[in-house]
Amino acid sequence: MKILVVVKRVIDYNVQIRVKEDGSGVHTDNVKMSTNPPDDNAVEEAVKLKEAGKAKEVVAVTIGDEKAQETVRKALAVGADRGVHVKIEGDVEPLGAAKILKKIVEKEKPELVLLGKQAIDDDTAQRGQMLAAILGWPQGTFASKLEIKNKVLEVIREVDEGLETIEINLPAVVTCDLRLNEPRYASLPNIMKAKKKSIEQIIAKDLGVDIAHRLQQLKVEEPPKRKGGIKVTSVAELVDKLKNEAKVI
Amino acid sequence: MPRESMEYDAVIVGAGPAGLSTAIKLKQLDPNLNVCILEKGSEVGAHILSGNVFETKALDELLPKWKEQGAPVKTKVSKEKFLFLGKKSSLSWPTWLLPSVQKNHNNYIISLANLCRWLAEQAEKLGVEIFPGFPASEILYKEDGSIKGVATLDMGLDKKGNKKEGYQEGMELHAKVTVFSEGCRGHLGKQLIKKFNLNEGKNPQQYGIGFKEIWEVSDQQHQEGLVMHTAGWPLDNKTYGGSFVYHADKKQIYIGYVIGLDYQNPHLSPFDEFQRFKTHKDIKKMLEGGKRISFGARALIEGGLQSLPKMYMPGGLLIGCDAGTLNMPKIKGSHTAMKSGMIAAETIVEHIKNKTDLSIYEKTFKESWIYKELHAARNVKPSFSWGLILGIIFTGLDQILFRGKLPLTLKHKHADHEALKPANQMPKIDYPKPDGKLTFDKTSSVYLTGTNHIENQPIHLQLKDSNLPINYTLKEYDEPAQRYCPVGVYEVQKEKFVINSQNCIHCKTCDIKEPSQNITWVAPEGGGGPKYGNM
Repeated sequence: MKILVVVKRVIDYNVQIRVKEDGSGVHTDNVKMSTNPPDDNAVEEAVKLKEAGKAKEVVAVTIGDEKAQETVRKALAVGADRGVHVKIEGDVEPLGAAKILKKIVEKEKPELVLLGKQAIDDDTAQRGQMLAAILGWPQGTFASKLEIKNKVLEVIREVDEGLETIEINLPAVVTCDLRLNEPRYASLPNIMKAKKKSIEQIIAKDLGVDIAHRLQQLKVEEPPKRKGGIKVTSVAELVDKLKNEAKVI
Repeated sequence: MPRESMEYDAVIVGAGPAGLSTAIKLKQLDPNLNVCILEKGSEVGAHILSGNVFETKALDELLPKWKEQGAPVKTKVSKEKFLFLGKKSSLSWPTWLLPSVQKNHNNYIISLANLCRWLAEQAEKLGVEIFPGFPASEILYKEDGSIKGVATLDMGLDKKGNKKEGYQEGMELHAKVTVFSEGCRGHLGKQLIKKFNLNEGKNPQQYGIGFKEIWEVSDQQHQEGLVMHTAGWPLDNKTYGGSFVYHADKKQIYIGYVIGLDYQNPHLSPFDEFQRFKTHKDIKKMLEGGKRISFGARALIEGGLQSLPKMYMPGGLLIGCDAGTLNMPKIKGSHTAMKSGMIAAETIVEHIKNKTDLSIYEKTFKESWIYKELHAARNVKPSFSWGLILGIIFTGLDQILFRGKLPLTLKHKHADHEALKPANQMPKIDYPKPDGKLTFDKTSSVYLTGTNHIENQPIHLQLKDSNLPINYTLKEYDEPAQRYCPVGVYEVQKEKFVINSQNCIHCKTCDIKEPSQNITWVAPEGGGGPKYGNM
């Protein structure tokens, strides 16, 4: 079985995001970038499946500018076999990304596509679902456990009520939760080896898909500042405040 | 089972200006050399913090076409000011009366972190392998006692040292020459100085703690290219320190404060002195209404030539501020760090080619401009041990009249950790509460540094005696770690000494200032610590 795993380059989760003064977006100049955290879980799961003999090849793919290759490089350093970089200028919306990925799926013919459950930059959690839809494949989203049983995939999903277990047929798309596994560290020799592996570059335009923006971004702004808390003297006061001031009970 | 190992011609510890210059120069001299750099930060520049007004002398020598190659060295200094601050007043010192070392008209206001990122790109183009996120944690020795290389830290250990899922064993990097360029108070450099007695016959090293914030201000408050320094308030006459205020591009102001770690009063909080400094009317007016976008702190070297250890040892070189090449009266160390690295590269090439002893480093160093510069600067810092006013008078004579050529060398008498006086003999300092607009607390400041360390890893701030903080340091000095740490890593809670090591921004102040030298800073798991952007 071949697994395609999708990785995205985003602002590192430790960095405090700064909104541009004109509201057109956020500052990314010289900001530390990293692989989207749940994408690391997707890579880890793919590599684990390969180590367990369930998969033969793991191909890591990213969509982005030249520097997005770093995320593929990192996937190669922890065990992915090959890399694909779809080069674009500027942003791509979830639907555009799904269309690009569909082309890559048609080319690579994997039986399983793994993605992070959502990217921590736009937080849309749509790419995996859209990809499954336009491929006409089953999907298992927010997976915290994965098991391959012959041609069937058992997925335990993180849902609001707790855990949901589903069975889907392969080929399938699965989006990965942070609880799925513990991503490994890349070792120094493996990073060195990964530097030498080649990454196939595809220009997004050459794929012949319409990735024009369909959404218009009006404004990016900081969330309102959180007001400081207060100390209450009694339970009665607390109840009163929750009822009359905060109006939550 | 022995760890995996790799062989290199040169292994460099730390991707700062010194280490990167070493690597670039090595590849320029001999493209066939195998060179790698280990860097503990998550990327090059993540742990770099500096003012910075940059003198291009070393860069001109290393990469003469830096302008064409797009180096982030762009904002030329256009105006200079020096202020003596009183609590409510200020006295502007005419710039023609400043010693020439403090004149900056040919220099640039830069972000050293960004310059390092650019130098790293140049190094990689030349074939240097750079590995961010991999701290060197151990020095390896050959049987004859010479340095064999370094080992990287094991990754994926829990607090008690047990292996977690995903554990990766560290790796050995062997080299013909290992170059240590960790910056001020490097934890391996400290071991080398002790093991090889590199500071024999030298004065104790002197340090400072430097703070920096980046502010975005309005057009009216901003004068691109303005460089301003202050001395005086809020520090008393006995405490050595001062501020810098640099107006960079993009309507940004780099503002910072440096305090000598030889201060005596254990109640002093360097962080709060910096915050208080911003409330001076002349400073406030430049920042008011603006937004603080970055914060950071780092210890720096102030000892100069008297305290500069021997920089070579069998199989290794100690360069940049890991040794201590900063020029204190010039308030600059980047160009000297770079030059010390370039000399290291020349030394290594000679050593590999002709089997010359690494001691030729010292000879080349002494013949270069870096030595002349540091020699002329040597008496400034020690003269301030007589207080600010006498220090200024002496420095005026020494630097303006004699241009650093006085035939005497003043000494640094004490190490910084010996300077503290007992808490009950010194006045308490009542610092104003932060207003959240101009002045801030430590919590909101550390948040801006992007600092994180993976939870459940061995604590990297080690106590030699875990009872000492409460049994002795708290009683005698009111546990000054609570105040000298710029981000509040150390707290005393209900007679318990708490170390919040996940907040550590790797400034090394505790390792320097702890009065009994009870705290040892070691490298935490790779990629931890601050994630500075444009510092």
